[in-house]
Amino acid sequence: MTPTLTISRLTKRFQSVEALKSVSLTLEPGRRAALLGHNGAGKSTMMKIVLGLIPFDSGEVSVCGTAPGSPAARAQVAYLPENAAFHPALTGEEQVRHYLALRGENPRQAIELLARVGLGHAARRRIGTYSKGMRQRVGLAQTLIGRPRLLVLDEPTSGLDPVSRRDFYDLLDGLAAEGTAILLSSHVLTEVEARTDRILILSGGELVAEGTLADLRARAALPVAFSVRPASGHSAVLAATFPEGTPGGDGLVRLCCAQSEKLPLLARIAALGNAVVDLDVIPPSLEDIYSHFSRRDGQ
Amino acid sequence: MNRILATAMCEFRIAFRNRWVSIATGMMVLFALVLAAAGSAPTGDVGVDRLSVTVASLTSLAVYLVPLLALLMSFDAVAGEVERGTLPLLLTYPVSRLQILLGKLLAHLAILGLAVTLGYGTAALVAVLSDPEAVNGLGALWRLIWSSVLLGATFLGTGYALSALARRPSGAAGLAIALWLVAVVLYDLALLALIVTDGGGAFTTQALPAALLANPADAFRVFNLSAAQAVAAAGGLGGAAGAIPLWQSAASLLFWPFAAIALAAAAFRKVTP
Repeated sequence: MTPTLTISRLTKRFQSVEALKSVSLTLEPGRRAALLGHNGAGKSTMMKIVLGLIPFDSGEVSVCGTAPGSPAARAQVAYLPENAAFHPALTGEEQVRHYLALRGENPRQAIELLARVGLGHAARRRIGTYSKGMRQRVGLAQTLIGRPRLLVLDEPTSGLDPVSRRDFYDLLDGLAAEGTAILLSSHVLTEVEARTDRILILSGGELVAEGTLADLRARAALPVAFSVRPASGHSAVLAATFPEGTPGGDGLVRLCCAQSEKLPLLARIAALGNAVVDLDVIPPSLEDIYSHFSRRDGQ
Repeated sequence: MNRILATAMCEFRIAFRNRWVSIATGMMVLFALVLAAAGSAPTGDVGVDRLSVTVASLTSLAVYLVPLLALLMSFDAVAGEVERGTLPLLLTYPVSRLQILLGKLLAHLAILGLAVTLGYGTAALVAVLSDPEAVNGLGALWRLIWSSVLLGATFLGTGYALSALARRPSGAAGLAIALWLVAVVLYDLALLALIVTDGGGAFTTQALPAALLANPADAFRVFNLSAAQAVAAAGGLGGAAGAIPLWQSAASLLFWPFAAIALAAAAFRKVTP
């Protein structure tokens, strides 16, 4: 399958700062990729280059087979900027009608598009009266215009409540099923986990990790934590068996081990029999995996 | 073309909501009425109809007011989009920067055209009501209307260019006011001072016509006064109008809008969102 987006050895410098260092990636039709990274890691810069809004210094970028920002590319790419802003004097309907006209689509679809993002009731109110979440939905509505082959979404769910977030990812699933490639950035790791095919971690302008969450989890090989609750009066036994454990103030004992030693450790705890009342296995969280990769350059 | 029209309709709606349509029209009508009332006193034996006299006064008014209105409407065009954060999204749409500028220009010209037509029209109505002969001056009125729109186009284009160069509305507003002062007020004062010191020498006979044609506001004044043969009635720099052939002032009037839009397009191209 021809990739919708191909980036190879992309480098971008702002005066002395290297915003992107030799970044390469491909995105096939129907795939959803999440771009993670600290503020200033280069996420927005990369998106703006893909959209053709800013030039780049070296490397190659191909969007739907053409140069980023070319008329052919712009006709097939939709964008949702971080903190989507619109003219406050226009109503939601007027704004979306305008965007429809600019894409050569029938402006009458405006109400229907706004209804799809749950804004049908406010379509005829001025955007100046909208909340941040409502403006974000106007932004979403305009990305649904036509049948974009590539969606570039910069922090799309900021300002949305949890229910709206779920609706939003349902919309994305529908678009991806129709073949739209999606590149989105986010700070909310838990929602990215379940709703994207691939995770890309940018750090200091470099692509430090790429793959499914399972890939990244395996590659990071972060230790697994155990939380053990001893039976009353058996704390000493537990402390003697696991001198490496750290007792918590709540009476729990915390243990840590590498992935490969998880089962042997579990067996040792189980061997204590009645001395243990409860046990929790805590796998490394998404945040741990994310910090593991994004900190590799000593950040 | 459809994209230009869509942009124009959207801009017109915004200008209407922001009361620009009513402000521009109100200002023009008010000033035209004041002029018509003031001009109705000394008529009599100048040998021309009352409307032609009114058009001569309206010309002097338009030289100040049309550039001012145009700059007030245009200084926000690019800088405002940058400040609101609406520019990056707009530029990812399949619409060129020139199309965006032309759409805005079309909307602002429509508002300006409406304002001058209603303003001058009111003054003309007053003139015709008090002097039936005044219908003879309708040609001059029509000329004043379309040349005002051309003058407006020049200052709208320059306003967009300043807006793109400044990138912040406050900076763009300052530049717009400075341009208005220089082009409309200080330029003429400087020319007058030079004429006085020159005392009818080489500057007055050779450099002055070129200097008048180089400024769109002066070209507008010269064009309307010489076309109406009202040069004698006009004081100050207008008196020089007789020395300049009509086609030259008309050419300057036509050339400037294109130059201003080209300048605006070049400045807008340099804006990175």
